[in-house]
Amino acid sequence: MEKREVIIVGAGPAGLSAAVEAATAGCGVLLIDENSKPGGQLFKQIHKFFGSQEHKAGIRGIDIGKRLLEEAENLHIEVWLDSEVCGIFDANKVWVVRNKKETVLLQGDRIIIATGASENAVHFPGWHLPGVMGAGAAQTMINIHRVLPGEKVLMVGSGNVGVIVSYQLLQAGAEVVGVIEAAPRLGGYGVHTAKVRRAGVPFFVSHVVAAAEGKDRVEKVRIVQVDPRWNPVPGTEKTLKADTICLATGLTPLTELAFLAGCESTYSPVLGGHVPWHNSAMRTSVRHIFIAGDISGVEEASTAMEEGRMAGLQAAASLGHVDEADAMIRGKAIQARLDALRSGLFGEKRKNAKESIFSAMGNSNNGAR
Amino acid sequence: MRRIEHHPILGDLAETSEERIPITVDGKTLYARKGEMIAAALMANGISVFRKTEKKKSPRGIFCGIGRCTDCVMIVNGIPNVRTCVTPVEENMIIRTQEGSGEWGDTGGKT
Repeated sequence: MEKREVIIVGAGPAGLSAAVEAATAGCGVLLIDENSKPGGQLFKQIHKFFGSQEHKAGIRGIDIGKRLLEEAENLHIEVWLDSEVCGIFDANKVWVVRNKKETVLLQGDRIIIATGASENAVHFPGWHLPGVMGAGAAQTMINIHRVLPGEKVLMVGSGNVGVIVSYQLLQAGAEVVGVIEAAPRLGGYGVHTAKVRRAGVPFFVSHVVAAAEGKDRVEKVRIVQVDPRWNPVPGTEKTLKADTICLATGLTPLTELAFLAGCESTYSPVLGGHVPWHNSAMRTSVRHIFIAGDISGVEEASTAMEEGRMAGLQAAASLGHVDEADAMIRGKAIQARLDALRSGLFGEKRKNAKESIFSAMGNSNNGAR
Repeated sequence: MRRIEHHPILGDLAETSEERIPITVDGKTLYARKGEMIAAALMANGISVFRKTEKKKSPRGIFCGIGRCTDCVMIVNGIPNVRTCVTPVEENMIIRTQEGSGEWGDTGGKT
């Protein structure tokens, strides 16, 4: 059986950062991704990121992705693309279907799972029609493949994904007929929301989709106001002409591999649902396995990169590649950057959710297993 | 559904003849950009129905775009259930709208 010191699953912002950190520390790293290109969802993020200078604020996601890839290339990190990890078992064995052909069994001294998250769907009559898609799917189409999925788009959800993708749809030449939000108030950062509003896009709070209608694809959509108990308010239905409905209704961590591997789970609504238990070193209840990025709780690419650095550093340290004092200092610096990213109204909730996971680890003594 | 030729951030789409490759979709020759996913090529050509369901023949298209939901599967070079959002186009690829779970070897008479 082939062996590697550190096997990383997922070459998105978290996995790439983990690979760079672990390889810099001197680990033999293998990075595996099922896609034909590394970068995960970074290359469709054509907007400028938030945060401080250290967090690469003011730089577009797509350029951050290019830099990360360059770093990985300079370190000659081994990368397997078009390769799917189908299972992790016996704590350190990784089953890969390489190049969509060959089955390979690998052994990793440490495994870092950075599989990310997938978009949530919401169900309404007609939700299956072509033209209803994840906002992220539309973002991939416009920014990566340069294809406009529709001319008149309704955005469902006013969080950051909803408003950012709305703006990017406008940039790509679509008309956004509206942004609807089930909650009584808008959910995204003011800067992004304001840009969409200034472009003249109507926002509807306390509104949901009543139905999407059309023969072979969406042709129109009925929206309706809901009361505080989420019941439709009679007489408030509006019909909008739209050929596309984008769903920006949150994400769910992709935890299958971690749970297959036996990592214990915890539930955090703020972080997107079930996530593997982990401590602040990003270590799970299975000693050899670390996690980083959206699998450990849905946040942003900037937090995913820092978590990746943490997982890469701590995995390297646990293998003896970084001395304890050095690991502690560098770990603290990463944690400080993570704390800074988790500040503010939205960030604080995520910080608290993370901390309650860390302390639950400590209480149940899972970290020591 | 169309190509985005101009973009304020990403710039103009320089489409050279070299980058254009032919594919066959339900017997018709269409053109795709080399390296793009099948789903993107179809949408750029105005196609939104990728398959029809087994019982009700209800249309389905792209949904998640990252290879997880399997809503966009089609018969590609005679192989059914190929996820078109994560499968790149190849020259002269034979792509067919899938009905139900699709039939192996269905190339619409082409080889």
